[in-house]
Amino acid sequence: MRIANIARLGVKELRSLASDPIMLVLILYVFTLDIYVAATVMPETLHNTPMGIVDEDGSPLSRHIADAFYPPRFQPPEMVSINLADLGLDRGTYTFVLDIPPNLQRDLLAGRRSAIQLAVDATRMTEAFTGSGYIDVLVAGEVAAFLRHDAPGGSRPVDLAFRVAFNPSLTQAWFGAVMQIINNVTMLSIILTGAALIREREHGTIEHLLVMPVAPFEIMTAKIWSMGLVVLLACSFSMIFIVQGVLRIPIEGSIPLFMAGAAVNIFATTALGIFLGTITRSMQQFGIMMILILIPLEVLSGGMTPQESMPRIVQWVMTLAPTTHFVSLAQAILYRGAGFGIVWPEFLALFAIGTALFSVTLWYFRRAMKTMS
Amino acid sequence: MERSDPAIRLIDVSLRYGKTLALDAITLDLPAGRIIGVIGPDGVGKSTLFSLIAGSRKLQEGRVDVLGGDIADRAYRTGVCSRIAFMPQGLGRNLYATLSVAENLRFFAGLFGQGKQEREERIDDLLQSTGLQSFRNRPAGMLSGGMKQKLGLCCALIHDPDLLILDEPTTGVDPLSRVQFWDLIERIRAARTGMSVVVATAYMEEAAGFDLLVAMNAGRVLSVGTTQQFLAGTGAKSLEDAFIAMLPEAQRRGHRDVVIPPRPADAVDDVVIEARGLTMRFGDFTAVDHVDFSITRGEIFGFLGSNGCGKTTTMKMLTGLLSASEGEAWLFGKRVTAVNVEMRRRVGYMSQAFSLYSELSVRQNLTLQAQLFGLPPSELPGRVTEMLHRFQLDGVADAMPDSLPLGIRQRLSLAVAMVHKPELLILDEPTSGVDPIARDMFWQMMVDLSRNDNVTIFISTHFMNEAARCDRISLMNAGRVLVCDTPKAVVAARGATTLEQAFIGYLQDADGANATPRVAVAAAAPPGITRAPRRQVFSPRRMWSYTVREALELRRDPIRGTLALFGTVILMLILGFGISLDVNNVRFAVLDRDNSVLSRGYTLNLAGSPYFIQQPPIGDDADMNRRMKSGELSLAIELPPGFGRDIERGTPVAVSAWIDGAMPQRGETIQSYVQAMHAGWLSDTALHRLGIRPPGSPAGVEIRFRYNPEIRSIVAMVPAMIPLLLLMIPAMLTALSVVREKELGSIVNLYVTPVTRSEFLVGKQIPYVVLGMVNFVLLTALATTVFGVPLKGSLPLLALASFVFILSATAIGLLMSTFMRSQIAAIFGTTIVTMVPAIQYAGMINPVSALTGAGAFIGRILPATYFLVIARGTFSKALGFATLGSSLLPIAASAIVLMTLCIILLKKQE
Repeated sequence: MRIANIARLGVKELRSLASDPIMLVLILYVFTLDIYVAATVMPETLHNTPMGIVDEDGSPLSRHIADAFYPPRFQPPEMVSINLADLGLDRGTYTFVLDIPPNLQRDLLAGRRSAIQLAVDATRMTEAFTGSGYIDVLVAGEVAAFLRHDAPGGSRPVDLAFRVAFNPSLTQAWFGAVMQIINNVTMLSIILTGAALIREREHGTIEHLLVMPVAPFEIMTAKIWSMGLVVLLACSFSMIFIVQGVLRIPIEGSIPLFMAGAAVNIFATTALGIFLGTITRSMQQFGIMMILILIPLEVLSGGMTPQESMPRIVQWVMTLAPTTHFVSLAQAILYRGAGFGIVWPEFLALFAIGTALFSVTLWYFRRAMKTMS
Repeated sequence: MERSDPAIRLIDVSLRYGKTLALDAITLDLPAGRIIGVIGPDGVGKSTLFSLIAGSRKLQEGRVDVLGGDIADRAYRTGVCSRIAFMPQGLGRNLYATLSVAENLRFFAGLFGQGKQEREERIDDLLQSTGLQSFRNRPAGMLSGGMKQKLGLCCALIHDPDLLILDEPTTGVDPLSRVQFWDLIERIRAARTGMSVVVATAYMEEAAGFDLLVAMNAGRVLSVGTTQQFLAGTGAKSLEDAFIAMLPEAQRRGHRDVVIPPRPADAVDDVVIEARGLTMRFGDFTAVDHVDFSITRGEIFGFLGSNGCGKTTTMKMLTGLLSASEGEAWLFGKRVTAVNVEMRRRVGYMSQAFSLYSELSVRQNLTLQAQLFGLPPSELPGRVTEMLHRFQLDGVADAMPDSLPLGIRQRLSLAVAMVHKPELLILDEPTSGVDPIARDMFWQMMVDLSRNDNVTIFISTHFMNEAARCDRISLMNAGRVLVCDTPKAVVAARGATTLEQAFIGYLQDADGANATPRVAVAAAAPPGITRAPRRQVFSPRRMWSYTVREALELRRDPIRGTLALFGTVILMLILGFGISLDVNNVRFAVLDRDNSVLSRGYTLNLAGSPYFIQQPPIGDDADMNRRMKSGELSLAIELPPGFGRDIERGTPVAVSAWIDGAMPQRGETIQSYVQAMHAGWLSDTALHRLGIRPPGSPAGVEIRFRYNPEIRSIVAMVPAMIPLLLLMIPAMLTALSVVREKELGSIVNLYVTPVTRSEFLVGKQIPYVVLGMVNFVLLTALATTVFGVPLKGSLPLLALASFVFILSATAIGLLMSTFMRSQIAAIFGTTIVTMVPAIQYAGMINPVSALTGAGAFIGRILPATYFLVIARGTFSKALGFATLGSSLLPIAASAIVLMTLCIILLKKQE
């Protein structure tokens, strides 16, 4: 009987959702177009970089250097005066301004050393960091080529061979698409369960359930399985048709294993949604509360910036967040082709977090039900 | 206005909801200066007709003239709506629950542009004459139903209307309050002769007293006439009978007078409900005060009392929804506890609030209910069909409850409560708003259940003729039971002729002191020559009215305000410290196949770097593979066998560096680190071994990191947090403000008052803009103090930009709120359009110039992008208006465009 109730209440949730066309359109959007846009927005770390060049030399060499900056990594550099260069940096028109000093070519040909200055807008950290190293190498190469000046001693005695594992060309799209799916899974599972619970409370239908032979556990489990299923289906659809189909991103590992991970993660996030729906009193409070929880979950889970660079305390706190484990599990399975033998600790952690959230929420939910009416 | 002119003239008015025809070619003249009743069963189009007259619904076909002009004409409607007052159906539906009585009135006065003095005088006047003066400061949500309706009336009368439209104003109101309500209307009409009143009502005894009656059925007018004409025409004794006689044969057929057979003499006195000293306290307030009663099997027990006297609370305690503060209750001889599932199976409960799933159809609601009560699947379809038939719901089985009129929904609620054949029915005002025929039918069913199936029925009601049908009644007031006996005995004990008189007598005795003062209503300006409505395109006063209201609601919900203010502070702290764009603590390990002095030196060189953390060495290829896959290692270095020997010999040798490319940005950074370390090691080794430093490039690139020389994440990220937080929080705050009014029904105030769409929207926006600015101050203070990121540039620019940006952010929320129909969708939509773009496309991490495709387009039109430029420019780059002023324009433009869109999308009529 209990299982039957859970099934029926869940079907009711699904029917409710199906009757709201706007919600369906939004769900479709976040798992298709939104993923596509997020995946294709940034082809590489260094892309279309805006650059200004102050050419005080005006020599063939300086033009040679300027010609080395071309799309897609760089926008065609603008030749500017020194004053405009500063303004451009101030306004954010350029991230880099390369200042080629007067008489560069003459000095170099005469064997004198010279220095080219590169001003970098360090408020754009990622671009500044990767770009400055890249420009450094690029300029050195151009100068060397111009001077036909092979390094003394031939090749370097010890070569360094890079092998980028799992994403050889370091394509951003691979990363962006999956991280966006993870973010949307979290957002959707919290909204679908939490907001739906608040709506039931505001419309008085929860009270109605409570006079029936239905236990809070059943109400809660029904919401979790039904909404979780919606999110899981949407997520699978997105993985198969958008990520693999449209975006043609090669997936290293097993999609079913990833889906199993997603399911455990959704168990935890839907429980979190119900928790938020229980502790807040109105939809307005829920809206704010959700933002306060969702932003850290998305930004600090390791899906945007690497976890290991965060302060210890943040890392520690974030191990309690389901998304942290889901991100790391997703990266391991999808990019590195890891099997269950490798990612089982993440599964375990997700399951533990989910169970803990579920228990706490059930306790709160039971208590709230008593005082709700 | 000539006396002969009709107040309302309808010519061939038809209206459809989808395929359903709600009004069918109605042609009708209603004279001015009278009180006119519209009667008819549920769902015949009374409310629809009223909403057309009030101008809150769009006219589809035909013509409606109100007070001498075409209501479909927008200019006329704007002008005339200050002469019309509309009170929608439902208890306090257009009121604001958290606002006090006086605040509600002030809000409505503001919508009609009244000044402070005029307003306060009118409010005093109205409160005095309605007896609400002593409840001035009580929140509307805490008023009893009768008082809510009186307050609704006050709000309707605040602007001296010439036409008062009341849609079932006394439904769900107790008899005493009802008497007081009509008394009040009479006095107002006496003071304002010429005012027309149109009323829909389910109480025939009320309707009998009106000047003129319009009987409606199935979207058509059956008949227009006085009560006498109706009675004479049908030869009936009462208006109720007359009305039934007027109905088409098909509808009448099922109707017969309710006959209540006496309870069988051999009825076992088996007690089903027993309450002893049942008490419920909410804080200091005692809602139910030591109530005792016992009800036997098969009895119909009526529960009567004024609104808010504790009836509902008592019922909730019996069902286990509330736990009693004191005393005990037994059902079927067992103590009531919250968790007794078996007991629930034997009880059917129908709550006062409509509590069905509005997103499920009528049939689905019934089926779900039956399933949850565990009806066997084989019996289920039959049972559902039976219930549909019994409650005459066959025709609407697949309709959504929201599209049904109140009366039919009540019928559905009842069907739902009875679907599992309970032994005990607890029904909280099941017949409120239900038409006479349906009520009789309903009672017939109750009688059958009680007498034939021995079902015990515990029912609360405001209809005296229903009370008279009960076996016993109990009269409750202020939490106490005044009397409990058979209806006849109650009337006799009081020496009254009717139950209603007896009831009112008891209540007046009990209330004693606070009986309504009979103050004459001050004679206001006679109608027709009220000040000509000044047509104002934008009235600051009306706008301000919405601002004050929204601000008060925010203040009454301190949790929301606190979350909005301190939540952002906490979020800024977490994110400011948490987001780190530095790549450090890279975990690496070495697969050293050489294990020579040189190879160990190479490893030491890497391990010595602050960017790298060394992990235990790698054993073999499989080990490396596994540890890279699990993400334990982000970098693996493989030193080939003979590494040291080959270097000594000068044979070319290659070191392999495996980098985890799963996170491309980090991969690239690691790559450049390793490159630099490798070069450093090379030159060190060369210096050490060969005594020479290998020459570098003749033209070195000197890199100067501007604005943030130490390249600290905090300097880059903290100013970037301000746009993110000032976007998300204000947008979410406004995201529910319009859609909430739509869901709760108070949006009707926008439809029927002179307030314009821009006043409505801007008025709502202001409090949140103020809150946003407080947020801005907090965040800026936090950035400069706790994070130590100095504000080097122009504070006025930053403040101005924040202000304009918050205008734009709140407008995004309002737009979502206007566009969406449910609160969930508004929350979801707002999150999608704010969070994702702000984090990813506004340049917080990756500059907008680097983006491609749709994301680049979004990034360029996003106000957050431009505000980010200003925030970073003022904080880190020491800039001011001269350089950054131009970034203000796109933000301002977005605010204007968004608000314009809101105004266009917001409908001024349903």
